Amino acid sequence: MEEDDFNPEVVKRFMFVNRKAPYGTVYALESLETVLISAAFDQDVSVVFADDGVFQLKKGQDTPGINMKNFSPTFRALDGYDVEKLYVEKESLEARGLTEDDLLVDVEVLSSKELSKIMAAQDVVISN
Amino acid sequence: MLHTVNKSPLERNTLESCLRLAAKGSAILLIEDGVYGALAAGQAAKEIGKRKADLKFYALGPDLAARGLSESPLVDGIEIVDYEGFVDLAAEYEAHQAWL
Amino acid sequence: MKFGILVNEGPFTHQASDSAYQFAKAAIAKGHEVMRVFFYHDGVNNANKLAEPPTDDRNLVKLWSELAAEHNVDLVVCVAAALRRGIKDDVLAPGFRISGLGQLIEAGIVGDRLVTFGD
Repeated sequence: MEEDDFNPEVVKRFMFVNRKAPYGTVYALESLETVLISAAFDQDVSVVFADDGVFQLKKGQDTPGINMKNFSPTFRALDGYDVEKLYVEKESLEARGLTEDDLLVDVEVLSSKELSKIMAAQDVVISN
Repeated sequence: MLHTVNKSPLERNTLESCLRLAAKGSAILLIEDGVYGALAAGQAAKEIGKRKADLKFYALGPDLAARGLSESPLVDGIEIVDYEGFVDLAAEYEAHQAWL
Repeated sequence: MKFGILVNEGPFTHQASDSAYQFAKAAIAKGHEVMRVFFYHDGVNNANKLAEPPTDDRNLVKLWSELAAEHNVDLVVCVAAALRRGIKDDVLAPGFRISGLGQLIEAGIVGDRLVTFGD
């Protein structure tokens, strides 16, 4: 037990699973808002990007042409909220012709197999 | 983990992703348009068959019935449950993950 | 067992809210507690009392309100998602309240299970 936990009795593993691309639908943006709020509860938070969700982290997003807010810089701010576990599924990246260099924030790239083990150990999974 | 899949496997990759990332010992419940994935004659049958040894598969009966699939042959080993059965599965497994 | 439920879609376009309602009803019938239903994304539209579906169709807004009244279910609408979509206190159906996303995280912490319905 860590002594500096705000409420040491209840620390659950929360995983946010992002499988949708940004801008085409609102899910990516509103999911990010949930992640930010969860940071205030001192839980064990991780965020997964799989399938088209990996596009949320693509470098160089430039949105004025569609008159929408570019929320991608917020992913770089997650570290400041102590949300440090960002997992990206390797197979999803590869299927989209992306590499880690295309991503705008430091992440841990995991194989499906590795990721599935971490997923299976969660207490709460929130997907959008 | 109890996984639910609510998309037809012919329209989205939801079931495919769930099958890729569901850990051994978990259960997959097909609900809403996800029940189309349970059809024995469907394209997803083979992929489900490959994971039958380490995952349990269920389909929601009321969703099958609503879609005219009550009498349709399902992939071998898929068990049909009602909403109370859904609740039992959610209680039995330690967490729920919705594949949307 | 204590269930929390997350509903990500409105009552008309997707089946998500119907499925969530059927799940909640079945859980209560089996003697479980549904401590909270949290409405996010377009799910906030489930709280709109101005919705008038045809009389021969189910009215999910009303069904959620009745479930809350009969079984003391806490129906929480996310404030940020609600304001974007014009859902404010004066259009809230009985039993719903507007609050923050923290209520979703809290349901995850306090409840035994969080079950999500969306599209």
